[in-house]
Amino acid sequence: MILPQFLILAAALFSLGVYGLLVRRNAVMVLLAVELMLAAVNINLVAFEAALRTSQAVGQVFAIFVITVAAAEVGIGLAIVLMIFRNRQSANVDEFDLMKW
Amino acid sequence: MWYLTAEEEAHAAEALSSGGFFAEWAGVMLVLPFVAFLLIVFFGKRMRRHGAEFAIGALAVNLVWSSVLFFQNAVEGIHREVSWVVGEIGVFGGDRLVFELGWVVDGLSIMMFWLVSFVGLLVFVYAVGYMHGDVRVTAFFAAFSLFAGAMLVLVGAPNLVQLIIGWEGVGLASYLLIGHYWEDLDNVRAANKAFLVNKVADVGLILGAVVLGFTLGTFRFSELSVAAFDHSPELAGVAVAAGLLLFFGAMGKSAQFPLHIWLPDAMAGPTPVSALMHAATMVTAGVYLMGRAFPLFEYLASDTRGLMVAIGAITLFAAGLLALVQDDIKKVLAYSTVSQLGYMMTAVAAGGYTAGLFHLFTHAFFKALLFLGAGAVIHAVHSNNMSDMGGLRHYMPRTHWTFVVGSLSLAGIFPLAGFWSKDEILATLGYEGYTTVMWIGIAGAFVTAFYMARAVALTFWGSYKGHGHPHEAPAVMTVPLIGLAIPSIFAGFLNVPGVELGPIRNFTAWLGARVVPMGDHHAESVDWALAAVGLAAALTGLVLGWLVFSPDADTQRARDRFRIPVLYPLLEAKYFLDHIAWAIVNATKGPLARLVDWTNSYVIDGVVNAAGFLSAALARFVYGGLDQRGIDLAYNGLSQMADAAGMAARRLQTGRVQQYAAGFVVGALVLVLMIAVFR
Repeated sequence: MILPQFLILAAALFSLGVYGLLVRRNAVMVLLAVELMLAAVNINLVAFEAALRTSQAVGQVFAIFVITVAAAEVGIGLAIVLMIFRNRQSANVDEFDLMKW
Repeated sequence: MWYLTAEEEAHAAEALSSGGFFAEWAGVMLVLPFVAFLLIVFFGKRMRRHGAEFAIGALAVNLVWSSVLFFQNAVEGIHREVSWVVGEIGVFGGDRLVFELGWVVDGLSIMMFWLVSFVGLLVFVYAVGYMHGDVRVTAFFAAFSLFAGAMLVLVGAPNLVQLIIGWEGVGLASYLLIGHYWEDLDNVRAANKAFLVNKVADVGLILGAVVLGFTLGTFRFSELSVAAFDHSPELAGVAVAAGLLLFFGAMGKSAQFPLHIWLPDAMAGPTPVSALMHAATMVTAGVYLMGRAFPLFEYLASDTRGLMVAIGAITLFAAGLLALVQDDIKKVLAYSTVSQLGYMMTAVAAGGYTAGLFHLFTHAFFKALLFLGAGAVIHAVHSNNMSDMGGLRHYMPRTHWTFVVGSLSLAGIFPLAGFWSKDEILATLGYEGYTTVMWIGIAGAFVTAFYMARAVALTFWGSYKGHGHPHEAPAVMTVPLIGLAIPSIFAGFLNVPGVELGPIRNFTAWLGARVVPMGDHHAESVDWALAAVGLAAALTGLVLGWLVFSPDADTQRARDRFRIPVLYPLLEAKYFLDHIAWAIVNATKGPLARLVDWTNSYVIDGVVNAAGFLSAALARFVYGGLDQRGIDLAYNGLSQMADAAGMAARRLQTGRVQQYAAGFVVGALVLVLMIAVFR
């Protein structure tokens, strides 16, 4: 079984996502970083399923859920970004501080 | 005066029966008139006779009940006391003083129960006829029932407190009845006068009760009697003061000089009220009180006798003279009552317990009879004045004959009731050594006969001087007259000295059934010499009165001869007593009112204002010092702290999404580390 390799790949991918989330200024890139993190989680789920072999394939099912939710999340996220961009002519998250006191 | 040893005393008390069922439940008699009162108030107007049925029914039951007791007492002598404690107060020294209600059934109270029921019943029946068509018959009978009930509470009282309750109840009912025709201001004034004069005297009674109660530790008459009989030292210390206070109270109700001034004015009430008031229910209360408290006077407070006898003697003679000059027939009878009350009070004060109360007993019959007769006359001629009457014997024969019987009895003509009772009083006065007063009594008998001859002559003889056609009263009024005429004739035989009426003994024995012996003197036989002198005085009075006022030739000149220069105006002005009383009231009410006003303005207002200022200052301190500076400070500080904490915390909320995300990541890392370290 090559579980550790899968886990290392997922951790690396997750770390890349976190990094992107925290440092990218373009909102679209931030959303992409989130997608990377979700993909890392999916790899973990599938890898553990393959290792543990549950009778109902919980890992795969859950991974499909995550993909579905991620698709919805990206749809809403891009719509928001689009609206902000139309209003402010910028997709730079540094400039979005409307929700402070 | 004589004493019993302890053994003999115990024997004397044991010799009295407890009376069985009727004595045990004698309180029913005290309650029934009040039940009748309530029934009349609530249902009287719907009844055919406007509520008189209830009043008469209650007294009829009472008459039967008290007659049974009367007979039982006549045969064996009864003493029974029933009391319930209704309240108590602590007095100085930690003792408790209890207030009780109940009833005492002994010779004296049985006599009064029977008298109030008998006279009351006849007067009630009479009033049905007399008050027929009156504006307020229902209210009248309600107050009448209250009157009889209050008197029964008074005479049945086993203690001073209940006696005072009945005493004031009688005063209230008499006030209502005297002011029955309140549309006329004079009647209202008469009612007020009666009430206020009685109140003056009531102060004496209440103070006397307080003195006795606090000295003995009880208000009971029986314990008062026993303490007096035993010459209890603590009672002896206050006996004279208490005796005088009680006597002062009795002077008001029993209209003794100079507190008699309310009684003639009380004639403003309807005539049946006068009859009941003068015979059984009101003015006898004072004499009854003296009889009830008799052991106190007999054994301890004998120093008070001189004063009391003197007041009684003045009353009997002065009031008798006043009756000579009245034109209003009811006022003649009113002053006559005052005079006869003087006889009773003199007798009881001199130590003649039986003599005084026997006169009360016989007097009730003939005075009620005379008042009811006068009422029938007034009813017929629509005037109180004898100058509007005359010749009525032709129109009202039954009223005439009963009135003559009453007059002769009152005048003391042998062998009617008044002769025996008056003779016993004179004999007692002679025996006790009050010879002067005895002669005043004989002179009073002369005056009594004189004014009664005058009243009969002016009312029933001569020619009719009024308007309209007088007619005989209806049967409902004449039957009570006859019912009262019979005892007016025969009641005297109940107490002929030395005569016992077989198993029922005599009045002296009946009245002597008390918790201790009364200790008054009883003659062995009739003193015929004294009786002859009294009878001669009465007959002289009758003849002279008849000669002066008989309607024969030259009447007016005879009457003018009677107008003695100084005396007559003095009598017409009633000794100026009303003026004197009015002057006293006028002279004292100003300074008294000013004193009260001054006390109110400076003393009471000062206290009230001081209290006000104090509480205002306290409130100011509480508001300014405590509330504004103390409590508000604490709350303001707390809120400012919360405000500052919020101001500090809100800076964390930057609105930058990536800072929040960094927070998540750091938090997650910390969690992972903690799980790794602490698992």
